[in-house]
Amino acid sequence: MLKVQNIQTYYGNIQALKDVTIEVAEGEIVALIGANGAGKTTTLMSICGITPSRSGEVLLDGDPIHDLAPENIVKKGIVQVPEGRRIFPDMTVLENLEMGAFLRTNKRQIQQDLNYVMTLFPILEKRQSQLGGTLSGGEQQMLAISRALMARPRVLLLDEPSLGLAPLIIKQIFEIIRQINKENNTTIFLVEQNANQALKLADRGYVMENGRITLVDSAANLLSNADVRKAYLGI
Amino acid sequence: MDIEYFLELFFSGLTRGSIYALIALGYTMVYGIIQLINFAHGEIYMIGAFVALIVAGVCTIYGLSGFAILILAAAIAIMYAAAYGYTLEKIAYRPLRGSPRLSPLISAIGMSIFLQNYVLLAQTPDYLPFPRLIPDFSFMDPVAHIIGSAELVILVTTLVTMVLLTLLIKKTRVGKAMRATQQDLSMARLVGVNVDRVISLTFVIGSVLAAIGGVLVASYIGQVNFYIGFLAGVKAFTAAVLGGIGSIPGAVLGGLIIGWSESFAAGYFSSDYEDILTFVLLVVILIVRPAGILGKVRKQKV
Ligand SMILES: Nc1ncnc2c1ncn2[C@@H]1O[C@H](COP(=O)(O)OP(=O)(O)OP(=O)(O)O)[C@@H](O)[C@H]1O
Ligand SMILES: [Mg+2]
Repeated sequence: MLKVQNIQTYYGNIQALKDVTIEVAEGEIVALIGANGAGKTTTLMSICGITPSRSGEVLLDGDPIHDLAPENIVKKGIVQVPEGRRIFPDMTVLENLEMGAFLRTNKRQIQQDLNYVMTLFPILEKRQSQLGGTLSGGEQQMLAISRALMARPRVLLLDEPSLGLAPLIIKQIFEIIRQINKENNTTIFLVEQNANQALKLADRGYVMENGRITLVDSAANLLSNADVRKAYLGI
Repeated sequence: MDIEYFLELFFSGLTRGSIYALIALGYTMVYGIIQLINFAHGEIYMIGAFVALIVAGVCTIYGLSGFAILILAAAIAIMYAAAYGYTLEKIAYRPLRGSPRLSPLISAIGMSIFLQNYVLLAQTPDYLPFPRLIPDFSFMDPVAHIIGSAELVILVTTLVTMVLLTLLIKKTRVGKAMRATQQDLSMARLVGVNVDRVISLTFVIGSVLAAIGGVLVASYIGQVNFYIGFLAGVKAFTAAVLGGIGSIPGAVLGGLIIGWSESFAAGYFSSDYEDILTFVLLVVILIVRPAGILGKVRKQKV
């Protein structure tokens, strides 16, 4: 469904992504793991058109999307929950959710989806008129995921959703990601440093080092791979 | 202390202040979104006043009434200013997006000088008289020594403009897009906001407000020349910084504070002090509250 083919992305003269190729099939959960500075965030930002690649292709259902502006990529159904959540701090929870549905026009469906995310995360309903910036880290992550869902994504990109959260909340967030994947057949591409959790959730995984993909395999194989265990699972 | 004299100064300060506020909004909205001090903003205001003068001149020949001329002149001035603001962003700032912050700033100063000299050459270096377009209302007669008809029109116009602006920003879809872009530009793009369009729109709105200010001031003071944008621009910019640059209520508050301090300084001391006071206030506030009265200390993004 989503195909990233030999992309090279630069920040000025510094090459952050070197010949990265990734494929995610419809309905799959795929994890991308790697150390700090490996290029995981850059990969997602290149897919979304925020830091377009200098060469290579990004294809959705075989159609090239790497020349599209970010808003048109969102329109195609690729939606990101960015690193650090990036909640609009001076907007209310409800307004943040409405921003997620910015490109949609069907009011009835938007209301349906509002109800849906509020049943996924009941806390958001209680907090709906509170400013986004005043939420706790866990609540912000729930809001960030919900905001992305408000766009009705076909492919949901998540950048380190577990970052800085308590283990219990992480478990809850990962459970919801699985549920979103099952209930709506939403394709999930998940970036994580928390390799253990991510690979337990995912069907397949990619390992990235210094801007290159160094390993691709099923999640189960990666979990038992000696190199991966040593480098990313701390075993 | 004479209460009527105090009220007179109060209303004249309020009038000036509300016009500074109108212009300050343009600085603050642009700064809020792209962190650029648009030094050419004062010139847009000046061009608004000039266009209004030309339209008023033509209309007077055709014998239209003062109020009709005012509306027509304002409408055409607004359209011109909007076109200038839009074009300015497109040719002078957009190509520099993503370059070091100093580059667009220098481009802004360049555009300011260019527009001043363009009007100087195309029009005249002299002060031109601006017709009195706001008639004296008879119902204002009993209070005319405290607040004049022109002041009333200016106050009502700025108030209505600000209410409309607030509604636009708070309630409409584009308003939400503007707020989102101001709070986190990349995230706004990630939810599907076309930020280029939002930035253009911000320049257009700022220019419209400046043009309204220009027409009001010109018909209040009664004269225009190519240089009026400079002092008004500096004062309005000071108002924006005073209130907290990036903050919309801050721009209004800053404008009013400057208007009042000028008016009271001129009324109780001497008009020699009115300009100095503005900048003394600015220095004091910046020492006490560097982010301005209502400004937020921007958290460094990590
Ligand atoms: N805006 C930028 N300008 C210059 N270099 C950048 C920029 N953003 C990222 N980089 C560099 O690109 C490389 C990849 O960064 P990226 O943020 O994609 O890593 P990451 O895998 O997401 O790391 P982390 O796990 O810490 O989030 C790093 O070397 C980083 O220093
Ligand atoms: Mg990252």
